[in-house]
Amino acid sequence: MRLTLHVWRQRNGRAEGQFVKYDMPNASEDMSFLEMLDVLNEGLVAQGQDPVAFDHDCREGICGMCGFVINGVPHGPERGTTACQLHMRKFKDGDELWIEPWRASAFPVLKDLSVNRSAFDRIIQAGGFISVHTGSAPDGNALPIAKEASDRAMDAAQCIGCGACVAACPNASASLFTAAKIGHLGLLPQGQPERDRRAVSMVERMNAEGFGHCSNLGECEAACPKEISIEFIARMNRDYLGGAFSQRPAGARIED
Amino acid sequence: MQTATAGQGAARTPLARFFASTLGRKAVMALTGVVMFGFLLGHLAGNLLMFAGKNATGTAYRMDEYAAQLHSMPALVWGTRVVLLLSVAAHVWVAVSLASMSSAARPVAYKVVKTQQATLASKFMKYGGFLIFAFIVYHLLHFTVGVAHHDFKPGQVYANVVAGFSQPAVSGAYAVAMVSLCLHLYHGLYSFFLTMGFNHPTYTPRIRTGAQVVAVALAAGFLSIPVAVLAGVIKA
Repeated sequence: MRLTLHVWRQRNGRAEGQFVKYDMPNASEDMSFLEMLDVLNEGLVAQGQDPVAFDHDCREGICGMCGFVINGVPHGPERGTTACQLHMRKFKDGDELWIEPWRASAFPVLKDLSVNRSAFDRIIQAGGFISVHTGSAPDGNALPIAKEASDRAMDAAQCIGCGACVAACPNASASLFTAAKIGHLGLLPQGQPERDRRAVSMVERMNAEGFGHCSNLGECEAACPKEISIEFIARMNRDYLGGAFSQRPAGARIED
Repeated sequence: MQTATAGQGAARTPLARFFASTLGRKAVMALTGVVMFGFLLGHLAGNLLMFAGKNATGTAYRMDEYAAQLHSMPALVWGTRVVLLLSVAAHVWVAVSLASMSSAARPVAYKVVKTQQATLASKFMKYGGFLIFAFIVYHLLHFTVGVAHHDFKPGQVYANVVAGFSQPAVSGAYAVAMVSLCLHLYHGLYSFFLTMGFNHPTYTPRIRTGAQVVAVALAAGFLSIPVAVLAGVIKA
């Protein structure tokens, strides 16, 4: 199949970027999107040009490294799929594809389609510790967890931190990511002791990183390769609203 | 940038940190929105007296009697005005501050923009909010102060409404505003629950449907008056 690609090329974070048009005459419908870009890059290297930089690692849809916006949709048109698991058979011969990096001030472009997502790591760090015994593994089933809570915690824990939610959101909000991380610990008994503090400090970190607010459009949920529900955002809001005023000043006494 | 200080909140009070956070500001938006929604319900109930005609003795329009009675209670009128003014101010402040954070959060726009499941109403919030704000100013000048009215008679609410809506251009402007209000209310009422932390697999879809019904009913209720005036159902 023949494709026309418009790929965002940007030398580094300080340089101006622009779209460069590439003709892709020999894409196979069995290729993944990343394999199609590999073929493009082999051609560029053979011509002595700089290959297109894009992030990728496992190529199995579970690591969260890959991702860019294809014709306005993060990870491309197929729902619940990362760019590496998106196959060219989802496109038609003669298609014109615009390929852009995630666009958010909190995700500065490193090069071409590759962005720096360290802001996500800092949001997770802001969550802090959980109070569990370390050392030898606990006895199986020593800690009862309701089936529903465990299922929902695992739904949230599916988040691979790819950043598609931020890319899809018109406000470049990281609400779905932050909510998934708050939710998966908040649903489990191990996450209860620090639940309030964790929600508040992760939300404040999310704001400090320069992500926007949530306006309940649901675009993040549609773009998420793990199909995490915006239900978790409501849960984060609940934890935050409850936690924002629950912290007492250090040393405060009951009679104060 | 406003957001840059939100994380360094250790030394600040919980309230200051709350108002600095996007979630805190969204809660302010949701709560002030509900206050204004409550006012709209009362406002509509009063407006529908336009259909009630004259009183039993035929000496005055029920609408005018209601208005006179309302204005005989200045504490109620001014109390409502102050609460509404504060709500509008807070709602607009939050909207403007969050919108500016959003544009800062995405300084480079996408070449291709494609939404997958966002409703028309949700995408129209900002513009609808602006239109509704402009409408409120016009509406106050039109029927409350009277300077935007071609034939304003203080205290004669019924006559002012009939004269005002007899002009198709005026009714048309009200129609545009009510369609904006309908879309704004639909997404606003639905979002209120999510923003305040309520989500349930059974009730959230029902809340969405309920928000649509309420938004359409409210806008239709307000619009019924100019339509009735133009159709000659309500006449002087």
